[in-house]
Amino acid sequence: MGRPAAAAAADPDYAHAISVRDVYINYRSVIDPRTNTLRHSLARMGRSTRTARVIEAVKGMSFDVDHGTVLGIIGANGAGKSTIMKAIAGILPPTTGEIVVNGRISTLLALGVGFNGHLSGRENVILGSLAAGLTRRQVNERFEEIAAWAELGEFIDMPMKAYSSGMYGRLAFAVSTHLDPDVLLVDEALSTGDAHFRRKSYEKMQELVGQARTIVIVSHGIGAIKEMCDDCIWIDKGKIVRRGSPAEIAAEYLEFQGVPQSEKIDEAAEGSDDLADDFAMDEV
Amino acid sequence: MTQPSLKPAADAPIDDIDDIDDTEDAMVVELPAPEKLGAVEPKPDPTRVTPLEAREHHVFRSRRSGVPRMREYLPELWGRREFVLELARCTLRAQNYLNAFGQLWLVLNPLLLGCVYFTLVDIINDSAHAQNYFTMLLGGLFLYNYFSGIVSQSTGSIIGSSRLVLNSRLPRLVLPITQVGIAFMRFLPSMIVFLAAHTIQGVPWGLSAFYAIPALLEMTLFAAGLGFIFATLQVYFRDIANILPYMTRIWLFLSPVLFQLAPEIAKPGLKSRVIELNPLSPIIGSWGNALVYNTPPPVSWLLEGAAWSIVAFVAGVLIFTRREREFSVRL
Repeated sequence: MGRPAAAAAADPDYAHAISVRDVYINYRSVIDPRTNTLRHSLARMGRSTRTARVIEAVKGMSFDVDHGTVLGIIGANGAGKSTIMKAIAGILPPTTGEIVVNGRISTLLALGVGFNGHLSGRENVILGSLAAGLTRRQVNERFEEIAAWAELGEFIDMPMKAYSSGMYGRLAFAVSTHLDPDVLLVDEALSTGDAHFRRKSYEKMQELVGQARTIVIVSHGIGAIKEMCDDCIWIDKGKIVRRGSPAEIAAEYLEFQGVPQSEKIDEAAEGSDDLADDFAMDEV
Repeated sequence: MTQPSLKPAADAPIDDIDDIDDTEDAMVVELPAPEKLGAVEPKPDPTRVTPLEAREHHVFRSRRSGVPRMREYLPELWGRREFVLELARCTLRAQNYLNAFGQLWLVLNPLLLGCVYFTLVDIINDSAHAQNYFTMLLGGLFLYNYFSGIVSQSTGSIIGSSRLVLNSRLPRLVLPITQVGIAFMRFLPSMIVFLAAHTIQGVPWGLSAFYAIPALLEMTLFAAGLGFIFATLQVYFRDIANILPYMTRIWLFLSPVLFQLAPEIAKPGLKSRVIELNPLSPIIGSWGNALVYNTPPPVSWLLEGAAWSIVAFVAGVLIFTRREREFSVRL
């Protein structure tokens, strides 16, 4: 921060919004949870029995994301998409390798992080926004906007335990998207809610895209990826398989997943007139 | 959708695209035409695009790379102070939400605790104790309760906030620090009970009372440091939370809460040596001297307490921050 622009640009560390460099991420999965105790540690001393299984979630990924790009990440379940997203967000440290991010990061990895069910919607908006890094003044400025977007009316002052899951999702999404990020990471948060909410969240995402922010979206909704993204990465078993335009990659991915050809033709014919159908059709 | 291209810019933030110099380093920002969807027309807002050189810069490396740079970590932590305050307030409010007496429990709890210990000591000592014993007991007891509250709540703070740890970019030290805040907010109402007993028993006040402030500060730092260490340990050894209540109970009996410090350490014997070595002894002893016995505490007590608290706090911060990136892997 505060470096002269020319130097900043020349330095490869500042050239891209996100730089993932040869990242490996391993999870430790405990084979038997009871072996995490002292008794077993002592009993095991001297013997080389394995207590944990190492799961290689990400195996040597490298890619750069330019400022202002909207990148889509697709892949089968368990491919490593959420893992790499958490690493880019700084939540999960890489086992080896390095990730450089330029800009304020905001994450939409789970809805309602930091929310407390006993408190009212209003209090949770304040808590959730502060948890994400806003100052109190910024929260006060944005509160009306957030409340209006969520369309909760008088429910905003009732305890969130009383909310339906849709209302909860609306408020949580409203908080997460009003945080003014430079880099926004979205993981499957678009796939909740009714058709009206999905349309609204889609429009909100388009607004953020229009403000030239860098956005990375992980979704199984291929239609959403094709509509919103400039660039697409297909990840499988912890590695990048292909990178290219969303249309190409989506077609190859659907073929790989075994989606029958006839469905793909129908989808092309329908176009993107009916948004809800787009989401439903491509749910893999 | 056309992709905006960002090339390196001049130093000034971009307020107006026309103002940009057409030099080698000029930035050209071509924002995509707004996508029209339904009734909403998103407005491209060039003033909200942070210039390249002003953006935050994050580098994430392996979790084995040790303590994070304090120059970056501490300002980030300080930036979250409003969240700490809000979370502490909300947690306290939510805890007594369903109780009939509600927030009155913040006063009832310490009062009832004082009665428990008074009854205990009364029975053991056959009612042979000093006139101001109840005040002395409450004074030490509430301070000790503050200490054990910080330590036990901090121990569970990481495990208990797994959602926050796994899904957000919080500096993790925020979580035990919030518990320190909550414990302090519980400590204040207990002081009301103490002051009431103080007044009822007619214990005199004096200038020595001001020594209570350094004593409280030392206690806070010491407890926080231990809290950070236990919070870290708990992630690796979940049993710590089970051992802790017994540890704090025994520690209570070895601290000058149920007895007065000065006469106790003057006695010969192993127990007195252990009491002398107890880090809490000088701190609670100073507190008692200031508020109950109306005598300035010996300088050696204050210095000893300060040394323990600074060492514990620094060690706690270093141990915690060194390990905090592993938490999201271990939870």
